[in-house]
Amino acid sequence: MATSRQAETSSRWRAPILVAVLVALFVLEGTTRNALFTGSWNTSLAILNMGLISAVMALGLNMQWGYAGLFNSGVVGFVALGGLAPVLISVAPVDGAFGAGGMRMIAALIVGFGTLALSAMTWQRSPRKWRVPAIIAVLIVGFAAYRWLFDPAVDAIEANQAAQFGNLGGLGLPVLLSWPVGALFAAAAAWGVGKVALGLRSDYLAIATLGIGEIIVAVLKNEEWLARGVKNVTSIPRPVPYEIALQQDPAFIERAQSWGIPVAEASGIWVKLCYAGLFGVVLLLLILLAELSLKSPWGRMMRSIRDNETAAEAMGKNVTGRHLQIFVIGCAVMGLAGAMMITHDGLMAPTQYNPLRYTFVIWVMVIVGGSGNNWGAALGGILIWFLWVKAESWGPQLIGLLTSPLPAGALKAHLLDSSPHMRFIAMGLILLLVLRFSPRGLVPEK
Amino acid sequence: MDILNALVTFLNFVFIPAAAYGAQLALGALGVTLIYGILRFSNFAHGDTMAFGTAITIIATWGLQSLGISLGPIPVALLALPIGIAGCALTVLATDRVVYRFYRRKKSDPIILVMASVGVMFIMNGLTRILIGVDEIRFADGARFVIDVRGFREWTGLQEGLALRTTQLITVVVAVLVVWALFRFLNKTKSGKAMRAYSDNEDLALLSGIDPERVVRLTWIIAAGLMTIAGVLYGLDKAFKPFNYFQILLPIFAAAIVGGLGSPIGAIAGGFIVAFSEVAITYPWKKVVEYLGFDTGNSLLQLMSTEYKFAVSFVILIIVLLFRPTGLFRGKSV
Repeated sequence: MATSRQAETSSRWRAPILVAVLVALFVLEGTTRNALFTGSWNTSLAILNMGLISAVMALGLNMQWGYAGLFNSGVVGFVALGGLAPVLISVAPVDGAFGAGGMRMIAALIVGFGTLALSAMTWQRSPRKWRVPAIIAVLIVGFAAYRWLFDPAVDAIEANQAAQFGNLGGLGLPVLLSWPVGALFAAAAAWGVGKVALGLRSDYLAIATLGIGEIIVAVLKNEEWLARGVKNVTSIPRPVPYEIALQQDPAFIERAQSWGIPVAEASGIWVKLCYAGLFGVVLLLLILLAELSLKSPWGRMMRSIRDNETAAEAMGKNVTGRHLQIFVIGCAVMGLAGAMMITHDGLMAPTQYNPLRYTFVIWVMVIVGGSGNNWGAALGGILIWFLWVKAESWGPQLIGLLTSPLPAGALKAHLLDSSPHMRFIAMGLILLLVLRFSPRGLVPEK
Repeated sequence: MDILNALVTFLNFVFIPAAAYGAQLALGALGVTLIYGILRFSNFAHGDTMAFGTAITIIATWGLQSLGISLGPIPVALLALPIGIAGCALTVLATDRVVYRFYRRKKSDPIILVMASVGVMFIMNGLTRILIGVDEIRFADGARFVIDVRGFREWTGLQEGLALRTTQLITVVVAVLVVWALFRFLNKTKSGKAMRAYSDNEDLALLSGIDPERVVRLTWIIAAGLMTIAGVLYGLDKAFKPFNYFQILLPIFAAAIVGGLGSPIGAIAGGFIVAFSEVAITYPWKKVVEYLGFDTGNSLLQLMSTEYKFAVSFVILIIVLLFRPTGLFRGKSV
């Protein structure tokens, strides 16, 4: 990632051009109806909203990969963990759930994490000879105590109003509060993984994060007391008005009529615009903070570590410590994006967390946008998300066009059936092509 | 008698499934470790390439079945295996030519190669989906059991039954044959020695006139064979579902790292360590312990529920990373 004068001069207009292209794409999606676009502002804005959330995820990953060269392949886990926050913070409390097993559950979690901390301390403090037996004793006693506390608590919570809830429920606080909490959840998990896997060779972190991603998603799917697992939590409150409420509001009906848009459509557009505003503010704020920190001495230190770890270490920089720091910050941003996404969906459905979609597509976003450049990652996020959504409808059309000379038959039907899967091949091709021919991305690092 | 019952329960629910699963993981980890040793990167496309090779084998199996070919008690898929391996080998050689060779020549950072393998993973995933879809496919035919529960009970008069599925026996037998052939190749033939030399010290190998491109091609072909065989055995034993092949990436990596990346013998040991820990930790031991004469009360004696089996490979991975980052058999460090 060496910079040259030439690259710098050619890159000045890249970001504005990419913005213009994106604006054009979304306007086309909103206004023209043809084979490629739907011509619905509702669709266009829905894509934009998820695009903004994806941009936040890409920003988080860019901090890790672009600033520090850390390979995080567990993005899905940190996004999912952030998504837990709206459920625990903002959903209305479940009657009797906390009384049934809440305190016992908290005690169990304290014992669980306490055991881990204690075994780490045992390892460091106890004399060499006693280390292994001591740590095994701590783990066995701790695990037994944890299960003794944990199992009855789970049974009690899940038995409470099992059909409708069966989970711990939330605190009933404003949903916006859950966004920073989601970031905190993800940061805590990242600290744990980073503490273990950083400082070893680079692909070990990739494999360890792959594991933690799978485990977090498995926890969300199976721990019904926490967020109802695969039974999903609906009714997550919104920070913006509901369409139904708007449609019954005389003032809004009047305004919609003055714009000449049907009320139902106008309410959808208005709600999505509110979300877009909210997400846009978060995204811009994050980019601002990220840019400021990159320009600070801290940012220069991060880049120098990335470009030459040995030299940075020789200058007295604590490379592993800084890596841990940036890893935690990046994961916090992903957690924030996860909380935003669940707030936007109004639904916590752990089965949706597919690693291809939530880890590796985010990677494509960062690489295509321009690793190391915040604007690049964010714009790449929105662009790739747009392509990912549209590829679902463009794929079949492309296949239809390509297979039109073929006679109708089993092969043609099979190709047409499987055409939605084209998006995976498209993503792989985009990633490989950018990596090969333009490794610095669409908006290269300055 | 009770001790025998305990032993049979243990064999039936822990030892046999874990041995078959361990053999599958070992073959997968051997592929990862070979690619790591020669090409020096962690191949994230491994699981999806396994799925791709298996998909070709399944299609070939269907073709053979429609021709009316049957092997009696043995699944036809074994006959289709060479076709699957050939298809998979051609595909990975093409990806190497189009994707990896460029970065190898440029001597890029290993992490860039990992990134490229993510791109290949997407393409393999898409190809598999287009080839065969995303649904679960069972393609094992032939006899289902070598020993079935009822026959075993009647034969021995024990309370507990023992089942040995044909696929499990085939898995272990095929894995042993493959490993034997691989080690023979690596230790006895000139090409195998060239591969080991290249893995040990690239510069020295180049100096002694070993053609690096040939070594790389050989590695990919062997890796494709291992991947397809591992994938087909896994699919025969459980069922073919493309997403499971992505998920098996984690235990395979864990196995390769536990054994020491770059060490073939380590990959085999790692595969069995991961498989046995996974099964032992997620199995409810209640029955076995009760046969041994202990009262367990209400507890199932299950340390972790089966859904968390990936956590087991992860924990093993973490333990190895913390205490012995080069693995049990001293693979490549850095």
